[in-house]
Amino acid sequence: MTKSSWPLYEVFVRGKRGLNHVHVGSLHAPDDEMALRNARDLYTRRNEGVSIWVVKAEAITASSPDEKDPFFAPSGDKVYRHPTFYAIPEDVPHL
Amino acid sequence: MDNAYDGLTDAGEEKHWAFGTGFTAALAGVDRAIPDADRDSLTAYCLMLGDDALIYSQRLAEWCSRAPELEEDVALANIALDLLGQARLLLSRAAEIEGVGRDEDALAYLRDEREFRNVRLAEIDCGPGPGGDFGTTIARLLIFSTWRLAVFQRLVTSADPVLAAVAAKGIKELAYHRDHAAQWVLRLAGGTEYSRERIVAGLDRVWAFTEELFATHRVEAALPGIAVDPASARAEFDQVIDTVLNAAGLDRPQVKQVAALAGQAGRDGVHTAAMGFLLAELQHIARSMPGARW
Repeated sequence: MTKSSWPLYEVFVRGKRGLNHVHVGSLHAPDDEMALRNARDLYTRRNEGVSIWVVKAEAITASSPDEKDPFFAPSGDKVYRHPTFYAIPEDVPHL
Repeated sequence: MDNAYDGLTDAGEEKHWAFGTGFTAALAGVDRAIPDADRDSLTAYCLMLGDDALIYSQRLAEWCSRAPELEEDVALANIALDLLGQARLLLSRAAEIEGVGRDEDALAYLRDEREFRNVRLAEIDCGPGPGGDFGTTIARLLIFSTWRLAVFQRLVTSADPVLAAVAAKGIKELAYHRDHAAQWVLRLAGGTEYSRERIVAGLDRVWAFTEELFATHRVEAALPGIAVDPASARAEFDQVIDTVLNAAGLDRPQVKQVAALAGQAGRDGVHTAAMGFLLAELQHIARSMPGARW
């Protein structure tokens, strides 16, 4: 097994009070199970996490910086898509 | 969430750290009363368990920056740090029971080879370098963590509240160490012909030190209800090792055991040639600059 044969994985960790998994970095591993363990060793050493996702980087389809304007600019002036035009009850969390 | 690390923080007062809070002290709130037992034996028992962890931790630390992959480098260092943490708690307890004013540092840095009570499996050189390789290192990790986990699972009911608490904490750590080793045994055995050769050779090498792990020492026999008789952990050890070896398609090693010297081995302070070199590296700064702080 040569080093170059280890695929790249992206790591997502959910914090103790976090609601969702957030991307924290990447690593190399020989397979999915070892990727999970490597993620535990590399990214939760300081008591950060309660749940880990790993996914092969090649499985991620990402938007390109070249497409930034057509992708994201059109939503820039549509403030009405935020629920800012009615009162939000105080006891509704995580809007 | 703008910053990934925001999601990793405990919401709370600890704003100082970017992420990763909510730590707790290892033995917070544990009763430190010393049970009614022979003090010398109890001190010696804490040293046995503490020295196993300290010496093996030093061996694992030798892989820092030398593991086959960065990820494995960190994994082995994490395991070493878990064991160093166990060693600190146990040597501190030994010092407390001994009661002659030595502390954990004095016990770690200022004892001579004959006073160390670790099993010889912990001290042998399994690499990196000419003393071994990654296969041997993984083989030792499997044997050591399977054995120590089985012992600690029995230590949680110890009449010494500190030993029981150290065991309860250590079980979670050792379960991970054992899993890490088992994962690698499966992959090395099922990888290439060469990787399989290396893990088989590694298991043969370290297997020669297994009998010593289960020999009941007089110190353990003198502390019923406090110490664990390692012989009682043998069946579980065998079952776990057989499960891993079966899954990996490997046979249990058939090798001659490394003999004790006149009935004495690591637990009595009788060590292999490797121990002196290990201690020299572990102790030389503390000894050449007494009282140094940094």
